[in-house]
Amino acid sequence: MDTNKTLMLPGAKSTIAGDVDSLFNFILYTTGAIFILVVVVMMYFAIRYRQRSGKAEVTSGRDYNHVLEVIWTVIPSILVMVVFFWGFKVYMKMNIIPRDAIEIKVTGQKWFWTFDYDEGINIVNELVIPVDTPVKLLMSSQDVIHSFFVPSFRTKMDVLPNRYSLLWFESTEVGEYDLFCTEYCGKGHSEMIGKVRVLPKVEYEKWLVESAVEDTTTPLAELGEQLFKKKACFTCHSIDGSRLVGPSFKGIFGNPVKHNDGTTATVDENYIRESLLDPQAKVVDGFAPVMPTYQGQLTDREIDGIAAFIKTLK
Amino acid sequence: MGTYSERNYLNTPTGIKSWLFTLDHKRIGLMYLFAIMTFLFVGGMIALVIRLELLNPGPDIVAADIYNRLFTLHGAIMIFLFIIPSIPAALGNILLPLMIGAKDVALPRLNLLSWYVFVAGACIAMYSIISGGVDTGWTFYTPYSSTTDSAVISMTFGAFVLGFSSIFTGINFIVTVHKLRMPGMTWFKMPLMVWGLYATAVIQILATPVLAITLVLLILERTWSIGIFDPMMGGDPVLFQHFFWFYSHPAVYIMILPGMGIISELITTFSKKKIFGYKAIAFSSLGIAFLSFMVWGHHMFTSGQSEFSSMIFSVITFLVGIPSGIKIFNWLATMYKGRITFETPMLYALIFLFTFSIGGLTGMFLGSIATDIHLHDTYFVVAHFHYVMMGGTVMAFLGGLHYWWPKIWGRMYNETHGRISAILVFVGFNMTFIPQFILGSQGMPRRYYMYVERFHTLNIVSTVGSWILAAGFFLMLYYLVISLFNGKPAGNNPWGSLGLEWSTPSPIPPENFDDDLKFEHGPYDYDKVIAEKTI
Ligand code: HEC
Ligand SMILES: [Cu+2]
Repeated sequence: MDTNKTLMLPGAKSTIAGDVDSLFNFILYTTGAIFILVVVVMMYFAIRYRQRSGKAEVTSGRDYNHVLEVIWTVIPSILVMVVFFWGFKVYMKMNIIPRDAIEIKVTGQKWFWTFDYDEGINIVNELVIPVDTPVKLLMSSQDVIHSFFVPSFRTKMDVLPNRYSLLWFESTEVGEYDLFCTEYCGKGHSEMIGKVRVLPKVEYEKWLVESAVEDTTTPLAELGEQLFKKKACFTCHSIDGSRLVGPSFKGIFGNPVKHNDGTTATVDENYIRESLLDPQAKVVDGFAPVMPTYQGQLTDREIDGIAAFIKTLK
Repeated sequence: MGTYSERNYLNTPTGIKSWLFTLDHKRIGLMYLFAIMTFLFVGGMIALVIRLELLNPGPDIVAADIYNRLFTLHGAIMIFLFIIPSIPAALGNILLPLMIGAKDVALPRLNLLSWYVFVAGACIAMYSIISGGVDTGWTFYTPYSSTTDSAVISMTFGAFVLGFSSIFTGINFIVTVHKLRMPGMTWFKMPLMVWGLYATAVIQILATPVLAITLVLLILERTWSIGIFDPMMGGDPVLFQHFFWFYSHPAVYIMILPGMGIISELITTFSKKKIFGYKAIAFSSLGIAFLSFMVWGHHMFTSGQSEFSSMIFSVITFLVGIPSGIKIFNWLATMYKGRITFETPMLYALIFLFTFSIGGLTGMFLGSIATDIHLHDTYFVVAHFHYVMMGGTVMAFLGGLHYWWPKIWGRMYNETHGRISAILVFVGFNMTFIPQFILGSQGMPRRYYMYVERFHTLNIVSTVGSWILAAGFFLMLYYLVISLFNGKPAGNNPWGSLGLEWSTPSPIPPENFDDDLKFEHGPYDYDKVIAEKTI
């Protein structure tokens, strides 16, 4: 059970989350007090000054009070300036990236996240990071604008197609946290979710070493099935014959497929390879050319694995 | 009991042509009213479908791409076809000349044109639905909007055309206020509703052209591949956001300022009290109008704009909140020592004070950069702007609608029904949107078709709230329609108000006032004059 979780906020799991929460709670309590004041005064006046007798009489003509106007202008002004400075201070803290931060490259595209590590690791929809270590994300998008949001870290940054954006955080607790895309990006927007897995430092090092060596033991078809999930192919392709954004893989291997330029081809290993590395070269009839390229993201063995996996889907 | 004025703008002259080519501001206003109520109905029904889909985390009743079209449509209809024209073009058209003792607006032909432009814009926007719908969200963010294959062009072109209607109405109101005030009605004797409409008109004229330009650029990019916003063609997507919010933030005030005007009228009439701090309220409208042009960047704290810009936008955002606070305090002070009654319009005024305060105060979380980073594009923002636009503008609009209903139709609606409906609306509204504040703080992003399991409970509460809200609205539809046939005649002044519009018969005569109309007392002189209720 999360101990530092409140009704409003999820547990605070990064170094800046605590600062953000203090400010959040300060605003919550002060605005809450003002709101209660307004409602209580309103209710009191409404009851106290309700019309009692049927007789109409003129009412007081007092319509201005200098002191009151000054009070209710100045006090809120002071309050908002306090909130402003506080908010800006925390924001600056969010923005200064520690020099020793480890850097990970993040790519957003419809509708998944890819994380590239210096060690040559490349994974989809799961960001693995060490605890108590500043992490810097260098982010860009392949298509439209996305936004990288980890509620538990209280941090968010848009991911743009024409420039890099930066984000950093330092997680304070081992665990798994939700990662959401918060900039609307189309049909799969609400499925563009991943996980941030925070590991103890030692385990993180171990994970790096293990992931960096290529997996040569898993049987090909099984490897392909893993990749189908890991690389988020399932967001666009089904294996049961139902039509999603892209064609289903069920029963396509060895059969002819029609393209939008009128040509036909037979789905074989080479065709699949081309579909992955240069997806727009041949576009299946009736589908939009939205399949992202996996150039540089899949090893040869992995491509073999995917082909083997598709072959099994009779 | 009041009398029903037999010769009125509704029946003189008669014939369909006399309506289609009418230059009478009341008839034009009424046609607007009819149109926007239709759109409110359509937008509301869509909202119910959206909420129903969100009842459970997974896919339920519509597919993802339909859902995306629905929330886009809901936003576009509610903003461009309902809220923006609701108070100025519908109620304002009917009331502005009446409140300043004029026989019509200054430019009646332009007024009729603006109505037809509105209809044309609405038709174009509606055309986009039959030609496939739009799935960009009402904000049309690039490069999504420049690359999606949905009907973006017709929808943006519709919004473009609608903008002109809004500009024409704005010009008309400004000229009218300057030129047609009756002798004796100085600037500071004008009803505050007129100040609200005036400040709104200023924003409409200055900000709407920017939206028009932006939408044209978007259309050019899509049709001729001129790279403006799409990085694939060398454009900059964030530029679009700057342009878009340069209009759309002031547009928030196009929506709320006239609503605040209505609240000033309601609170004084039903408290029978002189307005407290007249000048403070009037000038805060102008202050809001002015500052509203310099806060657009607070929609973009996570877009990668420079820290310095974010800082400036954050400060000014906080400043623009102050005038709204001043208004709330002055309205409360107006109730002090009043003679308060609680007819339906007053209930809406009190609801407004409650909900709009929440809307304004939750803005503090979003104006402050550090907390906004967390809350941006989550349900917190959805809840916040519904509290401002629905809890603010729509509640004020409903108050105004009930308040002037007897003036417009000459008949009263059933008061008991009115109160029950107001309470249902209040309960339903809060039940729908308070959970969304919590959902947003917990991290649920907006525009999500599906969501993770831990957000389930609060979504159920929210959806059930939407049904209560709908019940309130359906009851309202029922008793308002019925009142047209069997409502009690209202007489000139059913509320005992001192506003000029209440000195003339109901429904209003075609020429508004007799020729010998004199300015005898200000709209808020409840300390000197008593107006008898005619009901
Ligand atoms: C953004 C959605 C999307 C994702 C993610 C995606 N694809 Fe595709 N894919 C498509 C679409 C759309 C088509 C059909 C149009 C075309 O041929 O380019 C397609 C076509 C294909 C084809 C050709 C199918 C045929 O019937 O000819 C193969 C093979 C393929 N994808 C494999 C994959 C694999 C493997 C992955 C994961 C590593 C993947 N795709 C991820 C959208 C996607
Ligand atoms: Cu996205």
